[in-house]
Amino acid sequence: MRDRRLLFEFAFRAVSNAVAMVVVGVTLFILGLVFVKGIGGISFAFLTSPPTGTMDGGGIGPMILGTAWLVILMSLMTVPLGAIIAVYLNEIATRNWLYNTVMSSVRTLAAVPSIVFGLFGLAFFVTVIGGGLDWLFGYEERVFQERCLLWAALTMGTLTLPTNVISVSEALKLVPDEQRHAGICLGYTRWEVVKWVVLPQAVGGILTGLVLSVSRGAGEVAPILFVGVAYFLPHFTGDVLDQFMELGYHIYVMATQSPNVDETLPIQYATTLVLLTLTFGFNSIGQVIRWMHRKKMSR
Amino acid sequence: MEIRERALQTFRFSVVYPNKVVGCKSVDIVFPKNEVTALIGPSGCGKSSFLKGLNRLNDEFGCTYTGSVVMADGTDVMTLDPYELCLLRGDRIGYVMQKPVPFSGKTIQQDVAMPLLASGVRDKRIIRERVQRALEKAALWDEVHDRLDALSTALSGGQQQRLCIARAIVNAPEILLLDEPCSALDPKSTQLVEQLMIELAAEHTIVLVTHNMQQAQRVAERTAFFYEGRLVEYDTTQNMFSNPKENLTADYIIGKFS
Ligand SMILES: Nc1ncnc2c1ncn2[C@@H]1O[C@H](COP(=O)(O)OP(=O)(O)O)[C@@H](O)[C@H]1O
Ligand SMILES: [Mg+2]
Repeated sequence: MRDRRLLFEFAFRAVSNAVAMVVVGVTLFILGLVFVKGIGGISFAFLTSPPTGTMDGGGIGPMILGTAWLVILMSLMTVPLGAIIAVYLNEIATRNWLYNTVMSSVRTLAAVPSIVFGLFGLAFFVTVIGGGLDWLFGYEERVFQERCLLWAALTMGTLTLPTNVISVSEALKLVPDEQRHAGICLGYTRWEVVKWVVLPQAVGGILTGLVLSVSRGAGEVAPILFVGVAYFLPHFTGDVLDQFMELGYHIYVMATQSPNVDETLPIQYATTLVLLTLTFGFNSIGQVIRWMHRKKMSR
Repeated sequence: MEIRERALQTFRFSVVYPNKVVGCKSVDIVFPKNEVTALIGPSGCGKSSFLKGLNRLNDEFGCTYTGSVVMADGTDVMTLDPYELCLLRGDRIGYVMQKPVPFSGKTIQQDVAMPLLASGVRDKRIIRERVQRALEKAALWDEVHDRLDALSTALSGGQQQRLCIARAIVNAPEILLLDEPCSALDPKSTQLVEQLMIELAAEHTIVLVTHNMQQAQRVAERTAFFYEGRLVEYDTTQNMFSNPKENLTADYIIGKFS
């Protein structure tokens, strides 16, 4: 009996350690490979100049700018909207069938494959909204009904919105109900409870969640495939009605569409390293916010 | 039983939860001004439901009410609109919960000043004065005056409950409701809070829910016995414990059931 129990304990520990080591090992191997193979390709010129030839030369300047703009525009739309929706659902809305329906659709939407959002973006933003705007302004040729940065940002925003709502909701749920009751006891209105009790406590979690979900969106390629990203452009115009290049899509293009994939490998590694660094940077910002908030709450 | 001045009175007051469970049923009671009144009774008899009905905290659970709760100036709490209700809770009826709930992330100073946010007091000097006065009345000032910028959650349980009392009286409400305020406290802190309630009765009308009959005898001038949602007996504490009129009360105070 005693031996059996100890044996199981030993086996359990051995298996979980082994699994953990495999996961960490694989991750480190991939990161290390990308770093070693990519770091040589990185230079100021690479980070600022456009690609040349059949993607086997030049740099990734326009893609960095395009990705940055895409993320900024998307965040401007999705961050405030997601926060407002989550606060409404969690703090104001009564828990009735409508609430349950909305909540479960949000959860479902967060699990929909990103390519579906891409198709939705094409059908809704480009064709319906874009086409509608062209008709409204009486344009003969297509102005709004074109793939562009604006529709890509809105599509990406639609993709991250459900995740935003969920991550903000999770942060709000971490605030114990008794804190809200204490606020009600002081004569606060619902909104005052949110403003003076809940948000100050949840702000760290909210910001962390938002940063993480935005960074997740920034790494997606599928949703922008049909709505604005370009195969090749000599430079980034900065106009929201123009197409743009993007880091993730560029890697995809080099790996699959280039006439000579092997020639582009060094650039692929360098571009991947840049993309990983950006994502890692985003995540670090999230961690720092979380850490600062925790420090403030337990001074 | 003679009552000189009335602070709060209920007429056939009932609280019903949305699942049709009756919290309390047709309660008629008068709370005398500047006295401590204890509500006792076995667990689940409706003490909390009744107490939370007095400032309509039960609204949060979707309760419905019948009857009325009337303040000294004739205000019927049951007819107030949501805004008036917030004013009532903020300025006229303070409430202290069973478990101390300091606001996390707030300093002692900020925490006690929380009700002043809603009453629109913005002058820093006035806020500091009011907070100090409330903390003094709550017998906490001496322990915290040199660390008002520490987090309120860092206080001990007993100190936290006194902080909650300070917070509840910072707007000088006429009435203070306390729902088993000592049930989460150690004996020493319990003694402090009991002493505090007796002192606070000089300026506030106090309604104290307690499951502890000794506590009722120590602090309350009058005691009301609840059973299954009804007010069974209401008398001076002395009469209630020495000479109960109802058999049910007598059985309860000698510990036949609990
Ligand atoms: N939130 C609630 N929803 C439904 N029923 C409740 C709720 N809170 C209390 N009750 C019921 O109301 C009755 C009185 O409870 P309560 O007022 O908490 O009693 P006490 O404070 O005397 O222990 C009990 O039957 C209890 O189950
Ligand atoms: Mg109770």
